[in-house]
Amino acid sequence: MTRQRHPLVLVMAAILLEMFVIFAAPPALAEYADVVLNRVAEAAGMRPVIFPHWFHRIRFRCKVCHAELGFKMRAGANQIKMTDIIDGRFCGACHDGETAWSVENCDLCHSGKAGLPPGIFGGHETLGPGRW
Amino acid sequence: MNRCTAIMFVRLPCVPFTRFAKCLLVLMLVVARPSPADERIWAPIAKDGLRDPNGPAVKVLQQPADALTPLSPDTAGNQVRWVRALKEGQINPRASLRQPLVSEKYDKDVLLNLNGGMPVVRFPHSIHNEWLDCSNCHDHLFKKQRGASKISMFLILQGEQCGVCHGAVAFPLTECARCHSVKRTDAMAELEREEAAKALPSAAPLSPPAPTNERAPSPKKEGKGK
Repeated sequence: MTRQRHPLVLVMAAILLEMFVIFAAPPALAEYADVVLNRVAEAAGMRPVIFPHWFHRIRFRCKVCHAELGFKMRAGANQIKMTDIIDGRFCGACHDGETAWSVENCDLCHSGKAGLPPGIFGGHETLGPGRW
Repeated sequence: MNRCTAIMFVRLPCVPFTRFAKCLLVLMLVVARPSPADERIWAPIAKDGLRDPNGPAVKVLQQPADALTPLSPDTAGNQVRWVRALKEGQINPRASLRQPLVSEKYDKDVLLNLNGGMPVVRFPHSIHNEWLDCSNCHDHLFKKQRGASKISMFLILQGEQCGVCHGAVAFPLTECARCHSVKRTDAMAELEREEAAKALPSAAPLSPPAPTNERAPSPKKEGKGK
């Protein structure tokens, strides 16, 4: 009896497997190349900053920030202080209330969950910058 | 799904365990079903695992799906073919903020990994130059002189050299064939043609003016990184 399974069982198994293939949603993931900046933020009482590369690269070529504004390419190599930004350096070059929202909108950048480690997120990490 | 249901009613006369075979066939068809035109899914901002879903930002910020859906699809990274999107004018990112960067234009393709096991890498300066300034890579990541920097996949996978961007922002290192794209014989033939063109300077009027020291004549110098 055990050798001959009812065909419905097989069909059910097939359907279950299909459901698994279709509906097994990937876990909630950051968008590729999202950067968490939290070297000084939380220590200074602010939430971590989430920087979405995808949003910015639609509007600016890499060299605008990474050559003109002086952001180093290597993850973790930039020590960005809020005072720099207020003085118009780094993010402050655009986030001045004209090109983009100004620094008074703290929560729009400092929007991360508490306790996030700094680094690049969004999957496809190698041992490299994504795991910095 | 019509194919699948139809199979269940087809008679397969001489196959033992016919029903089982049919079920298997259905299962295979279901798993290998043709994908719809665009099945890319981006997590909404509030569910990205990084932003506080109770904060004000998640109500204000643009959603990835809104911005990225119209762009050329890809299977990896942001699921966007960024270079194609740029070339086809789907995006028009600014090249400078205040003063335009004055940097030389250099469009030459470089063939790398000539002696390795994988197919030869074609590094297109032109595409990288669209996004980047020379100073982003030269000379701290790669020396300008051909063969002077030993490029190693081991370092790249650890986030050095190409891996500073590829694997973090640019298309990830899972896409081997996008860089390792040239058959060795084709690469060697191309290098030979270049050599021949260099021997007859009048025969190569189209090649961009390259500094003479940037292309060492011997391809053997560019090895696997040893």
